[in-house]
Amino acid sequence: MEGLLNFLTGLSLLLMVMVLVSVRRSHTRVEYSVSWLAAALALLVLARCRWLLNWLASVLGIDSPPMALLTLVGCLFLLVLFRLSVILSTLKDANIALTQRIAILEFQLESANEESKSKS
Amino acid sequence: MTVAPRREDSLLIIVPAFNEAAAVGRVVKEIHEAAPGIPVVVVDDCSKDATAPVAHAAGARVLRLPFHLGLGGAVQAGYRLAFELGFGFVIRLDGDGQHDPSYIPKIYEALRTNACEMVIASRFEDGPVKHSSFLRGLGIRFFRLVLRPIMGKPVHDPTSGFVGVNRAALQVFSASFPLEYPEIETLVVLQRKAFRFVEIPCHMRERMGGRSSITAVKSLYYIFHVLMGVFVNVLKYEGRRRRKRGAEPRP
Repeated sequence: MEGLLNFLTGLSLLLMVMVLVSVRRSHTRVEYSVSWLAAALALLVLARCRWLLNWLASVLGIDSPPMALLTLVGCLFLLVLFRLSVILSTLKDANIALTQRIAILEFQLESANEESKSKS
Repeated sequence: MTVAPRREDSLLIIVPAFNEAAAVGRVVKEIHEAAPGIPVVVVDDCSKDATAPVAHAAGARVLRLPFHLGLGGAVQAGYRLAFELGFGFVIRLDGDGQHDPSYIPKIYEALRTNACEMVIASRFEDGPVKHSSFLRGLGIRFFRLVLRPIMGKPVHDPTSGFVGVNRAALQVFSASFPLEYPEIETLVVLQRKAFRFVEIPCHMRERMGGRSSITAVKSLYYIFHVLMGVFVNVLKYEGRRRRKRGAEPRP
């Protein structure tokens, strides 16, 4: 049990470092790093704070505190992934609208050029 | 040919095409023969082959998408263009040659005289025909069953991409349109807006070239995806209202 909690502590620290390095190198925008950092921090706190983990396990009715931690972490990361799906969908909609707008503007520009050529 | 509506009931023909260089030229020429003087816009969905130059050489104007958007995105781009230019009607047919352009006058006539927002050229209106594949036939039968209670009347050919729409439908589709496999979801969107559609019989041909985007493996994904789309659109229902005859549809 202690080994699993140590592993999860290491995983949370690794995740935090990866996110911070990614933000520093501008690979991830700050607003999208917040959910990952919050999830990693929650994992770290629960892995190191035994009384809190035991209390949560009893609330959830799970006998093994590490299993309770894994369940919570799974749920937390699912929420983060869902949030990213919402962001992706918004970006995709914007991308489609922009692509169509560019195509229509180019079409109209081409038409205007042809019209002016035919007049002159 | 310039693309500008001369009257408020002007028609624009849009042909979404992705890697259809083998067929699109002939399709455009057939459209010009069937509907002389009607502007044709080929929506090139970022093809890797010579679709755009072939379509242009055949006499169509080409709306070039800088990125590949898929069928729904390409069709919506054409609808947006038509709506912004002020066209009253749009007929959409595929660039692979399956849709016979000689039916364009009939669809246009039906759009103008039937007081409906959409006309679907249906290959099954005159009875059963041979399906291109067993799975496709099964899928069509399945979606007929799914759509019957939603639409309140039978839809014989829910997957037909040979359709005509009027300006009210154009306004709705310009704002929102399904991205993938749009035909069936489009019908549900129409019903949610209390719009009406009619089907007219037509004969579909074999592809002149290119490959279908729906392979046997993709068919299952198609059914699941479209079912989800239908379900989501049913959830968007704006209230149980039926448009009174003559009343303006709300976009």
